[in-house]
Amino acid sequence: MERTEAELIAAVLRGDAASFEPLVQKYSPRVFATARRYARRESEVEDIAQEVWLKAFEKLKSFRGEAPFEHWLMRMTVRTCYDFLRGHQRNRESSFSDLSEPENDWLERFVTAPESASENADAAKLLIQRVLEKLTPPARLVITLLEIEDRSVKEIAALTGWSVPLVKVRAFRARAEMRKILAKMAKDKYL
Amino acid sequence: MNLVDLQKKLIAAARANMPGDRVPYAFEKRVTALLASRVGAQKLDAWVRGLWRAAVSCVVVALVCAAFALLAPSSTSNTADLSQDFENTLLASVDQNDQVQ
Repeated sequence: MERTEAELIAAVLRGDAASFEPLVQKYSPRVFATARRYARRESEVEDIAQEVWLKAFEKLKSFRGEAPFEHWLMRMTVRTCYDFLRGHQRNRESSFSDLSEPENDWLERFVTAPESASENADAAKLLIQRVLEKLTPPARLVITLLEIEDRSVKEIAALTGWSVPLVKVRAFRARAEMRKILAKMAKDKYL
Repeated sequence: MNLVDLQKKLIAAARANMPGDRVPYAFEKRVTALLASRVGAQKLDAWVRGLWRAAVSCVVVALVCAAFALLAPSSTSNTADLSQDFENTLLASVDQNDQVQ
């Protein structure tokens, strides 16, 4: 008979590390999907996921079972991703002069006829990835959670451990930061 | 270039591009093996830490004893004969019993 989550967690806390495996198996897809939002290389994604599970195992005693295990785990995942962003702030100072041809074409199309530049185009995906990589870690986290994943401010506060007013302030700054980056991109391209 | 529109368009592109949730083969096995090795190492660490503490305590006690032996004032006993002192101490209770009777 399959054991419930609570039984598995209790077994792990009693010292049976093998009971952790079904939990890893069940929730790893969500952890990987979240990590892929913040890390591009697959080796980095795997490192983040592994870090999340090691932390989860170490801090399992602090899980009181009041909220679902998944929520507790996702908080840990988002915070680990944020730590990753803070530790890997590369590419932020580079210019937009090295845009690829499809990216340049997409921007040209957007300038001449905005409606013809599809958001489903691969170039648009590359471009947004480039812009996100130039954001500061808090700005990137807020933009990802608020604008891309469409989460509420309250949810973001719970996930990040920030207060609701701090999330609002950081969201405001993040949008401004993003516009500044886009302005720089336009300047690099057209001036 | 309308930056607000561009921002909206790019955010929409990011929304349309959902990251995959593929997990590498046997990832859970790797994590469990790593955890098991860590748990084993932690148990060994606890033993090593305990033994080191015990060793340090023993060294401290030995140093205190040595310092006491070297620095304590020498005994002011009247007799220089250790064997006589030892005998007196050993037979002190017997002497007391004799006196009582």
